[in-house]
Amino acid sequence: MPRTLAQKVWERHVVHRAAGEPDLLYVDLHLVHEVTSPQAFEALRLAGRPVRRPDLTVATMDHNVPTTDGPVVDPTSARQMEALAANAKAFGITLYPWGAAGQGIVHVIGPEMGYTQPGLMIVCGDSHTSTHGAFGALAIGIGTSEVEHVLATQTLPQTPAKTMAITVEGPLPAGCSAKDVILGIINRIGTGGGIGHVLEYRGSTIRALSMEGRMTICNMSIEAGARAGMVAPDDTTFAYVEGKPHAPSGADWERALDDWRSLPTDDGAAFDAEVSIDATELRPFVSWGTNPAQSVTIDDEVPGPESFADDAKREAARRALAYMDLQPGTKVRDIRPDTIFIGSCTNSRLEDLRVAAGVVRGRKVAGGLRALVVPGSVAVKHAAEREGLDRVFADAGFDWRGAGCSMCLGMNPDILQPGERSASTSNRNFEGRQGKGGRTHLVSPAVAAATAIAGRFATPEDL
Amino acid sequence: MEAVRAVEGTAVPLDRSDVDTDQIVPARFLKRIERTGFGPFLFYEWRQDPSFVLNDERYAGATILLAGANFGSGSSREHAPWALEDHGFRAVIAPSFADIFRNNCTKIGLLPVELPAESVRALMDAVLDDPTTRIRVDLEALTVSAPSVQESFAFDDFRRWCLLEGYDDIDLTLRHTDAIAAYEASRPSWLPTA
Repeated sequence: MPRTLAQKVWERHVVHRAAGEPDLLYVDLHLVHEVTSPQAFEALRLAGRPVRRPDLTVATMDHNVPTTDGPVVDPTSARQMEALAANAKAFGITLYPWGAAGQGIVHVIGPEMGYTQPGLMIVCGDSHTSTHGAFGALAIGIGTSEVEHVLATQTLPQTPAKTMAITVEGPLPAGCSAKDVILGIINRIGTGGGIGHVLEYRGSTIRALSMEGRMTICNMSIEAGARAGMVAPDDTTFAYVEGKPHAPSGADWERALDDWRSLPTDDGAAFDAEVSIDATELRPFVSWGTNPAQSVTIDDEVPGPESFADDAKREAARRALAYMDLQPGTKVRDIRPDTIFIGSCTNSRLEDLRVAAGVVRGRKVAGGLRALVVPGSVAVKHAAEREGLDRVFADAGFDWRGAGCSMCLGMNPDILQPGERSASTSNRNFEGRQGKGGRTHLVSPAVAAATAIAGRFATPEDL
Repeated sequence: MEAVRAVEGTAVPLDRSDVDTDQIVPARFLKRIERTGFGPFLFYEWRQDPSFVLNDERYAGATILLAGANFGSGSSREHAPWALEDHGFRAVIAPSFADIFRNNCTKIGLLPVELPAESVRALMDAVLDDPTTRIRVDLEALTVSAPSVQESFAFDDFRRWCLLEGYDDIDLTLRHTDAIAAYEASRPSWLPTA
């Protein structure tokens, strides 16, 4: 019977299957960070259990780390980072600590070091683990109890997921990026549209994207409520993985390639749900509300609550407009942010920084605006510096920072002040996400960069 | 884990959809390395508003939270169910839940109960009308009962069994240690290692 990519990857990881029980799936790669792991390690310690496969476990520090030279001013952040260092040492786990080569956002370093490969089952105590699905891996975000379970057993019980094909066809219009594709998809299917499903992004638009673009799309699968997002591996994938430090090499590379080429969804395989998107109709998206489905294109106006079909959405829109301090009918291009944030596991890779630098090169950030660039990893930072992107950003008036999650969720000192408004390349515009009382507008790197220059929401073409 | 067979008590009506885990417990409170003590941070920002329903004395001591669709969306932080539990909630009733949040709840014995939106609405109306209204969630019978509402709900069979018996996931999985070892022996040698 023809099978989908998700089904193939799932099936090859089944360790135990019995009627009436979830499948017990083997985990090839367990990524660990400092926020969701301390209680899991402590529970192992109390139960006297070892980590079953420290050799399949990789840890880094990302959520709390300062993006300046330091020190870590918040003692509770420092304590959490120290706890991870102590746990990694005690349990024999490879750790990329703050400031070390290899450190960075867990979803940036996995791919760039070649840990992330097609066909793997990957988990992490972080919802944006879906990012790794861009390689044709089944990558699932888990909670701390599950982190403990994986540390102890290297497996995860999973009830079967449904599959959803999201087919995006056609060339992307000028000024549109992967970020606009995924914001458009979430706008269409809603924040709960993917619940219980593994999404597979398909079609000519997806095939034409770089791995960075595919990661941006898979990253935000969780914002549609999906359990995971995937893209079938192809030559673009293989070219990205080849030569990475932890990628197979020599004869192993050929064996791996043979295997990976068998992963894409078979012709005639059935999905539980299908959605089609015409890429040629996309425009750059800007979120106006407090969930990622509350967005419009940059050419639009802020909608009124009455434009929504059901009571819950109308009420959510009323609350969001009040929180965001926006009036229905306001042109998106007339909204003026205070802060520009380019970073996060959604958009902090070299390609994102190149796009943004291309927009700001030779220009100046509008007066009064604060603008930050936070590379996703130490490796991205160094690569960007080798290309001189740090100078381009600094000359334009951006602050060039160290690697980490930073203002995406405000666990380090990079936060919005109450009432401040951001144009952010991150993934969540929830109330207070970037700092108490902060107001977040989600955008692509190109729009964030153009907005920094214009002082109001803009595309590069507007400049 | 302690066995859970039923939850009975009064309920708080949180009439909002898409309540994300950043609202349930904001990120700046995730820096504790302990599993306990998150109750004071539950809905921290919303609780700054005196009119927020959780500040309403009439709902003090409630063990059931009623909420809108897609409850628990966003971040995978298990701190969200920890905070709900630490505050005293034993069940959340909503039209739908985010997958990771639902999983996290069942791991700690907090019941995520999915009912049709009309039934959740009816329960909210009942407790808005009379905050002393008692609701019973029976995990054995898979029913939710209140004076004005009788509804059955679906719950994953295996999860239900674990909760009813108080089984720990890791203990259950460790019964399959031989199968795990056999699987490991069959993995291709080219797979990545740390």
